[in-house]
Amino acid sequence: MVIEQRWKRWVFFYIPLALFVVGTLFPFYWMLVTAVRPDAELYRSWRAPNNAPFWTLNPTLAHVRDLLAKTTFPRWLWNTFFIAVVSTAISLVCGLFAGYALARLRFPMAGALGTAIFVTYLVPPTLLFIPLADIIRNFQLGNTPWALILTYPTFLVPFCTWLLMGYFKTIPRELEECARIDGATRFGAMVRIIFPIAVPGILSAGIFAFTLSWNEFIYALVFLSSPERKTVPVGVVSELIRGDIYFWGQLMAGALLGSIPVALVYSFFVEYYVTGLTGSVKG
Amino acid sequence: MTDRLAGGAGSAAGVEVALPHPGAARAPARTRVLESERLLAAALLAPTVVLLGLFIAYPFVMGIWLALTDTSVGRPGRFVGLENFVRAWTDSIFQAAFRNTFVYTFWATVLKLSLGMWLALLLNRHFRGKRLVRASMLLPFIVPTVLSTFAWRWMFDPTFSVLNWTLYQLGLIGDRWWSLSPTKLPFLSDGTYALACAIVVNTWRGMPFFAITLLAGLQTINPDLHEAAALDGAGGWKRFWYVTWPLLKPVTLVVVVFSVIQTFADFQLIYVLTGGGPANSTHLLATYAYQVGVHSGLLGEGAAISLFMFPVLFAVVWLQLRYLRRLEGA
Repeated sequence: MVIEQRWKRWVFFYIPLALFVVGTLFPFYWMLVTAVRPDAELYRSWRAPNNAPFWTLNPTLAHVRDLLAKTTFPRWLWNTFFIAVVSTAISLVCGLFAGYALARLRFPMAGALGTAIFVTYLVPPTLLFIPLADIIRNFQLGNTPWALILTYPTFLVPFCTWLLMGYFKTIPRELEECARIDGATRFGAMVRIIFPIAVPGILSAGIFAFTLSWNEFIYALVFLSSPERKTVPVGVVSELIRGDIYFWGQLMAGALLGSIPVALVYSFFVEYYVTGLTGSVKG
Repeated sequence: MTDRLAGGAGSAAGVEVALPHPGAARAPARTRVLESERLLAAALLAPTVVLLGLFIAYPFVMGIWLALTDTSVGRPGRFVGLENFVRAWTDSIFQAAFRNTFVYTFWATVLKLSLGMWLALLLNRHFRGKRLVRASMLLPFIVPTVLSTFAWRWMFDPTFSVLNWTLYQLGLIGDRWWSLSPTKLPFLSDGTYALACAIVVNTWRGMPFFAITLLAGLQTINPDLHEAAALDGAGGWKRFWYVTWPLLKPVTLVVVVFSVIQTFADFQLIYVLTGGGPANSTHLLATYAYQVGVHSGLLGEGAAISLFMFPVLFAVVWLQLRYLRRLEGA
């Protein structure tokens, strides 16, 4: 194809790419360095002569130890995990059913319903959190994990439905018809033939939904109040800052540990995640 | 399933019986229910419709009602008409928040789109370690915003900022002849700087989404087109402008719509980075609605403030739907 000169490749490719990599990853590196840096080194003026803030020669695990032993952080991790898993599961079931119905079945108002679900996909939680807090209180769900398990699907279900609907449309109808000729009911054909074929789509939707629920903040902030019920993002914001004082070592340790589970899930399923991400914006 | 086969297996072959045809009316009631397309559709859609109705449609209607009353925490309100909207509109903090929301959305989207496009073009080439680079580029997007924003807040710290330290070491701040500023930069302690910082952090977080989605779009473009354009003498810039960009426009539009909605309704980033400060100068509509509705407990006024987001979101969604329709029509 087009042959490039060497210096051009450096100027227009390697250097910009390196800058992107450094810019993207530096905050994570900084999180890590801060989390293992002793307090004495953390709070030293930026003009101090012997200051070498890019690394530390005396790494310590004190912040991590304090975080795990003296705060309810492990509890928050568990809450976040539990809520994310259950709301993802609910959303997948709803999304599978609704996506199948919209992709395959003929019924009145199918088009309108599809559009309505797509529109709810675009409703941001920040538009609704005040009235929703009132509703949660009326349902006696305030300060329970169910407040989140039932509300997270509002932004996960439309996404799962949309993604899986697209996936079902790519599966040939003939497969189902074969099963029906062999005597399966519609429901049976859906569950035993179509759903197993759709496993990659289900994984994509599930991984993406899981990261979205792990990331959610405003509902968790408004609906939960006791420290031991909180999720990681809310706990870190509201419990690790005491008064006006920021304990940066502990905060960064919390940020790091709170990111690791979701980063692990992501790293095992990068391709599925990317499919979910790019599928999430395609009609 | 097999009992239905047995039921009609008198003379006809099983194949014929299993196909839905008028004779199926004689089948047992349970089967009829299972075979009805409408009933099955209704049953499959019911959980979704109930869930979305209960936690999206109902709160939306209730939000409008709340916004028309003077409800506060623990006190049922009475109808006050548009008073909340008028009060918000004349409130100087609200006006600042309203302006900030547009400034924030506009600049963050422009930066995310241009940097994301650039990164996508870089990642579309072949090089060693491409998969690893691509995977790590998405990290800011998957790590919880609140947690990564804390890292940024620490990097912008007034006393211990690593960014100020770096600029100082490079001589960009200080008393050298090439210094741009004599003192350290007031990252989060000055309203204008703070909003700019928020835009930078939002760009950092959202750019990978643009890059990866645009990259997926780029990969569907036939390389022959580029080759043909190159043979016709088109340079890199011209090839981008006349080949890549027109083909990428549809996916770009969709990504921009998604990002505009997310950015316009953003809450967590500002909540952690500045908390709306200094002196309420960096509020967005969502953070100000939270401050009024949840912190001060004025539910009616808070609901009214967040409803100010609605017209813009509605317009964006409407454009998106019209565009999708046009694509389907074509």
